[in-house]
Amino acid sequence: MALLKITSPHAHTAQSTASVMRLVLLATTPGLIALTLFFGWGSLINILLAGSVAVLCEAAVMRLRKRPVMFYLGDNSALVTAVLLGLALPPLAPWWVVVVGTSFAILIAKHLYGGLGYNPFNPAMVGYVVLLISFPVQMTAWPAPLPLYAEGVSPPGFLASLQIVLGLPGAGTVDAFTAATPLDTLRQNSGLLIAQLYEQDPLFNLARWAGAGWEWVNLGFLLGGCFLLYRRVFTWHGPVAMLASLSLCAALFYDGGSSASHGSPLMHLLSGGTMLGAFFILTDPVSSATSNRGRLIFGALIGALIFIIRSWGSYPDAVAFAVLLMNFAAPLIDNYTLPRTYGHKKSRRATEKKE
Amino acid sequence: MRKVWDLIGGVHPPENKHQSVQLPIDVLPLPEKLVIPLNQHIGAPAKLLVANGDRVLKGQELAEPSGLVSVGVHAPTSGTISDISEYPIPHPSGMAARCITLIPDGKEQWIDHVGIDATYSFQDYSPAKLLEMIRHAGIAGLGGAGFPSAVKLSPRKTITTLIINGSECEPYITADDMLMRERAEAIVEGIQILSYILGGPEEVLIGIEDNKPEAHAALEPFVRDTHIQLVSFPTRYPSGGEKQLIQILTGREVPSGGLPADIGIVCQNVGTAFAVQKAIHFGEPLISRITTVTGRACSTNRNYEVLIGTPITHLLAHNGFDENNCSRLIMGGPMMGFTLTDLDIPVIKTTNCILAASWEEAPTPPPAQPCIRCGMCAEACPASLLPQQLFWYAQSHNHERLEAHNLFDCIECGACSYVCPSNIPLVQYYRASKGEIRKQAQEKIKSDRARARFEFQKARKEQEEMAKAAKREARKQAAEQAKTLSAGRGNKPQKNADMVKTAMARAAEHQASPAEQQARLERGIVRAESHLHTVEKRLETIRKEGTEQQQEQALAAVEDARRRLEDARSKRAQLNNTAGTSDTDKVMERLQASPRDTLEKKIASCKERIAVTRQKIVDSDDETLKAALTSGLEKQQAKLADAQQALAALPDNTPDTPVNQETTDAAANAIARAQARAAATRDLPAEEQLRQTVVALEGRIEKAKAKLDEARAGESEYVNALQAGLEKLQNKLLDAQQQLNTVTTQPSTVDDDTGDAASSAIARAQARVAELASMSEEDKLRETVASLKSRLEKARIKLREAEAERSEHVDSLRTAVEKLQVRLTEAEQQLAEYHP
Ligand code: SF4
Ligand code: SF4
Repeated sequence: MALLKITSPHAHTAQSTASVMRLVLLATTPGLIALTLFFGWGSLINILLAGSVAVLCEAAVMRLRKRPVMFYLGDNSALVTAVLLGLALPPLAPWWVVVVGTSFAILIAKHLYGGLGYNPFNPAMVGYVVLLISFPVQMTAWPAPLPLYAEGVSPPGFLASLQIVLGLPGAGTVDAFTAATPLDTLRQNSGLLIAQLYEQDPLFNLARWAGAGWEWVNLGFLLGGCFLLYRRVFTWHGPVAMLASLSLCAALFYDGGSSASHGSPLMHLLSGGTMLGAFFILTDPVSSATSNRGRLIFGALIGALIFIIRSWGSYPDAVAFAVLLMNFAAPLIDNYTLPRTYGHKKSRRATEKKE
Repeated sequence: MRKVWDLIGGVHPPENKHQSVQLPIDVLPLPEKLVIPLNQHIGAPAKLLVANGDRVLKGQELAEPSGLVSVGVHAPTSGTISDISEYPIPHPSGMAARCITLIPDGKEQWIDHVGIDATYSFQDYSPAKLLEMIRHAGIAGLGGAGFPSAVKLSPRKTITTLIINGSECEPYITADDMLMRERAEAIVEGIQILSYILGGPEEVLIGIEDNKPEAHAALEPFVRDTHIQLVSFPTRYPSGGEKQLIQILTGREVPSGGLPADIGIVCQNVGTAFAVQKAIHFGEPLISRITTVTGRACSTNRNYEVLIGTPITHLLAHNGFDENNCSRLIMGGPMMGFTLTDLDIPVIKTTNCILAASWEEAPTPPPAQPCIRCGMCAEACPASLLPQQLFWYAQSHNHERLEAHNLFDCIECGACSYVCPSNIPLVQYYRASKGEIRKQAQEKIKSDRARARFEFQKARKEQEEMAKAAKREARKQAAEQAKTLSAGRGNKPQKNADMVKTAMARAAEHQASPAEQQARLERGIVRAESHLHTVEKRLETIRKEGTEQQQEQALAAVEDARRRLEDARSKRAQLNNTAGTSDTDKVMERLQASPRDTLEKKIASCKERIAVTRQKIVDSDDETLKAALTSGLEKQQAKLADAQQALAALPDNTPDTPVNQETTDAAANAIARAQARAAATRDLPAEEQLRQTVVALEGRIEKAKAKLDEARAGESEYVNALQAGLEKLQNKLLDAQQQLNTVTTQPSTVDDDTGDAASSAIARAQARVAELASMSEEDKLRETVASLKSRLEKARIKLREAEAERSEHVDSLRTAVEKLQVRLTEAEQQLAEYHP
């Protein structure tokens, strides 16, 4: 037997890229459950649909690139992209919206840039933004959360939902169930004090902290995020910085709850895609900043951007835009945030030339 | 309890240490043979003291330290030297090196050895003496790299902290652990000796990971009443790295690129402390060490006190090694060890573990997946690097970025590869990149040196040229004077005329036919055109991005090329005009022309050229070009003025025919010869030209010698002058030969210093030969001996350097030294015989 010549180290953790991705998938369950409880089966259908499209696209690309298909499918990264996109899309969105978004994410945003590890932008968010710009109507039609349904009316069941998604004749449309999101409501509010708004709008007065249903969805993602933190899938720097800066901005512009207020910090933390973004989107390692210091800056700027776009921009939610904008800046941030190496007085710059 | 600091990063690989601590340290039966490499440490290999067939005693020095950074090796047992040659040694590259093979005789007969006397203690010796003892005991760091301990123990800075490394953070290895458990007292004595040698540092710390409570407990009673502190800290890989241990125990960092001594710290391994104690207390050199034999491919896992040089097969054979169950055989631990492919490799001073990993323990690594930039590697890195960025830039060979990301601060601990979920062999990339960068740096130094040398040579050559031109001038004048003299004597003209005739004949012979000339000129024009084209192009690019200086140079080159092209064209034109008249005729024509005519012609041509240049200046729209042209114009004007003056100075009554037939003839002869030669050599490469020069010079020397003999025979008064002339010619020949040598080796001088060295060596040798020719036999011998001695000395120094650098020239240098030695002995003998 010939003894093998292999370089050190000869030991290795059991952790693999596939298992990391599996953990991420697992961590989305609390959020998914909350979404399903409050908004019906739509999200689950989104995920299943997006997942299959993503795997198909990935396999096709690997075929085209003449790579071992199963080996690359095995890293589960396409599935993660699909699930995140599926969670971000409005439940009960038409099937073609999901298909277009997912294939754009995988084919264009991921593989045209070189595949896993080389994509400068978060593929799920690229897909989301493309859809938002192309199909604004479908993308802003969110079903009402469960507490808002009138007595005796129930949200569509799984089969009914499937029919709506597939647009089968006689299935009815999603319009029958839609309602404004808390962020929409707040944006449209012009005359009421925040306290009045909370009192009058069922969306708020049926909720505990922020917006009926939405608060639980966000708490679900927060829970999943904490699980990933605990399992050291990523470090706290990005999410914490983002949540802190978002809260800070909200607190600064709370304006004592006047009618010009942009909502309380708690409202912002538990509305829209905040928690999904904080723990699942901006922690996407490929497209975020590299060092811990860099991630602090990266997260903080995303938090600020989210608030700015939510408050003064023309789109209801802003996580996708904020993340993509900061993806642009990540390499620049990287250049200036190298950690201080052992034995060095201070950290260097990546652009430094030899002294 | 003493405060300890946190290790940055780090990982927790499964420890797997329990397997090999169940049984006490054991001793193996003597192997059939021991293979002892001459270099088991960092630095120069030891110098051999024994020869094949020698019988040696246990502990006898087989090879002595060959420099400052070097240690000796000793016979691990008594026996006979059976072989001294190259064998594979433990090295990541699997390379071979000189080893002594010793066949044990089983008698274990010790050489006389004494340690410190029982009535004395080590404090009665000076630290210098103790250091010498350590050096001669062949002790090199037993922890990892094998740096000569004596060197480490004589730092230039004051040491405030001595750290004894008992961390042993690598999984599987328990050699230090068991040593501490079983030989605690000796270790503590060793530490005290180390501390004494270092002048009693304020703090002496033994750092032990908290997974070795037994070792801690064993040492505890012996350090209780001493100034030595036992410090225990959390188990985490790589806490046992020197830099990391220093950080954990003192909170300080070794500056990048520096040594622990720079911050007043010296770090030694517990094994080294033990070896030091043995050397000082008992006078026993380092001939054995504790090695862990472990891994599931071995049925017994335990520690042995192994003789240095024991083949691995011997170790494995006693531990139920199952080769089929072994996926990798690793020397060292699983994190930093390297795989062995040859089972005959010996245990050396730094071998702390032989890990025979089974397939479950070390399965074939899965193929690497793309880096997902998850940052787990950065979290694990104890040096606070960004391994994922290093990987990225290593892949793209971006050396600048790699250095900016502090690649060279990577300690290759493997923590990053260990955690990487994509199974990327990161450390391998770093090693490769470091190698690349080092190689490039070396090449740069080399090429810088070559460039400097080349420029120096050029400058020297120019100087020589100038000196030669001056000499030529002087000689010409002298010749003219001589001619005027001889004209008076009247017996020479006949001879002169003859000479002229032969010269003319020779010139005619050399003269190319007009057709040939035409062809050559055509070729020259084509060449000049293409050259002009290239330099113009270069000028274009340089204009865009080059420095001002480069621009000027390029501009000058373009000018030069233009001029050459014009020259070539005008020559062709001339040739066409004068087709039919041979050059010789032309010379005569010119010679017979009156000075007035010549001057007038010259003035005319100057004027013409001035006009052309003026036109060019007007046409040109480039400032620098204009400047260059203007300065050229000025020169031409100066020439014109000169010529005009000369013309004015010509007395009106100068006869229009040549003054002196003889002068004309001689001059014509010279010119013709020169032209012929020039024509013949014009298109030859420098090398050919030089070669011809050499041949010509040799011929001239021959002639001069004959003349000299003639003169001697006739007792002529010219003997001295002729002798001087001959000498000059010889010098010239030497020069030419030297130049020729430089030219022939020139293509390689740019990137190879040996060529240049060789040519100058040849030149030197030739000079020596010339010198020697005039010396007495005895002087010669003496000279030879002296020069051989100095050469030998130089060669030795070079050899030592090469050995220290582990250069590949070592072998050839060694043979060179040996040869020189032989020659020296011969020469000395001759001298002794000559001089009774
Ligand atoms: S651990 Fe591996 S996959 Fe993760 S960032 Fe480092 S090199 Fe990339
Ligand atoms: S091998 Fe180098 S880069 Fe990797 S963890 Fe160790 S020090 Fe850091």
